[in-house]
Amino acid sequence: MKGLSLFLGCLVPNRYPGIEMATKLCLAKLDIDCVDLEGASCCPAPGVFRSFDRTTWLTLASRNIVLSEQKDRDMLTICNGCFSTLEDANRSIKEDEESKEDVNRHLEKIGREIRGDINVRHIIEYLYQEYGPEKIASYVERQLNIRVAVHYGCHLIKPTKDRGLGSFERPAFFDELVTALGASSVEYPDKMACCGAGGGVRSAMKDRSLGMTEAKLARIEETGVDCIVNSCPFCHMQLDAGQTEIKEKNGAEFNIPVLHYTQLLGLALGFPAEMLGIDTGIEKNRKLMDLLDSQV
Amino acid sequence: MDDKNATGKDTLDKLTEVSTDALKCMQCGICSSSCPSGRHTSLNIRKLVKMAGKTTDILDSAELWMCTTCYNCQERCPRGIDIVEILLDIRAISAHNGRILPEHKEVCAMLIEHGHAVPINEENKMKRTGIGLEELPETVHKYKDELEEVKVLLSSCGFEELVMQAGISGKEDSA
Ligand code: SF4
Repeated sequence: MKGLSLFLGCLVPNRYPGIEMATKLCLAKLDIDCVDLEGASCCPAPGVFRSFDRTTWLTLASRNIVLSEQKDRDMLTICNGCFSTLEDANRSIKEDEESKEDVNRHLEKIGREIRGDINVRHIIEYLYQEYGPEKIASYVERQLNIRVAVHYGCHLIKPTKDRGLGSFERPAFFDELVTALGASSVEYPDKMACCGAGGGVRSAMKDRSLGMTEAKLARIEETGVDCIVNSCPFCHMQLDAGQTEIKEKNGAEFNIPVLHYTQLLGLALGFPAEMLGIDTGIEKNRKLMDLLDSQV
Repeated sequence: MDDKNATGKDTLDKLTEVSTDALKCMQCGICSSSCPSGRHTSLNIRKLVKMAGKTTDILDSAELWMCTTCYNCQERCPRGIDIVEILLDIRAISAHNGRILPEHKEVCAMLIEHGHAVPINEENKMKRTGIGLEELPETVHKYKDELEEVKVLLSSCGFEELVMQAGISGKEDSA
């Protein structure tokens, strides 16, 4: 198996750097061979840019993939959107000679060429397939005795024919990675429902987008969980910042802490919440930290 | 935006081409009942599937942009129609006919200028250093030559022109 290079995307380094730090700390602790990917750009995001021009979308994605090819490493993503773009683009390059030639005509202008000989991984998929819940559990230093609402997000598993992670109707792999940390994953209605952000809907139709988010948050609130855990910084932002936006919009208040899986894993591996960016300015996360502190 | 010159025969041909699969639709409605956006917006994906490939009117439908690309419809369609893929292709034809929403143009402008749809800002530079990361991430934000490469590719693909002309002239599809 090849080593990995870490693809950051836009939202993680530029809005939720705690997720970047958590990822790096966890990878090191788990002895995963992963290096920085210098000079990467936006993946580019599947919903909007692919909607405007497929060639541009495929070419920019290919440039990012080339950076990892040149290190002879597979690419690790920590975002469902980046995974969707890079996975789909990588498959197009591997399976469609015409697309590959087309892209290489553009890449030639910057002196690069895509070969199509690495794989794109998502951290949830990687940890599940290469480590598995039991091995992850063996690294846990702090059992997290909390109730968690797992949010898979759409593009981690769909389209299922391309992702190969099984049916999206009732998947379990992400839940297993959460329970490996001592937490319980609570079932809730509409668990597999979209957060409402994707496809350019958040940027162009904020109110409607938040309508979907509010419906999802209401279902989660009814189950009385301690936090939401996701695998995508775009879902993360929608579910986290979305709570503030919903409150401003119609007064509905949720106060549910939101963590990326790497942050939850980081806590379980013994890192302090401050290093993982869990408490940076996010008041509602205080509740979760108090609960965890009371368990020590 | 409603310049009918923008929606000539070539455009209809393109729509027909990308929508062939939609002919298999039997209008069962499973797509619509699986659609989370449809519960909160006027999106009726079954109606869009019905229109696909038949009329250029679909390019002016606001619903085209209400899909979050969650893929539920496509996953559950009993006829195995790649609904989301078709919709994305129709969106692209729409964009090439000058239809890009103002908010989406802004996101495109960010990509063109910074290489990122959501670029770094001062607040987040501080957040980064506060938790022990470098001020700038290992992306094109830090490596200016690499950012230049992105710009070369964007112009090589004609992306800047595509975005600039959108919403202004509605000129004939040049894709
Ligand atoms: S689910 Fe498929 S067959 Fe049924 S209405 Fe939708 S597109 Fe048509």
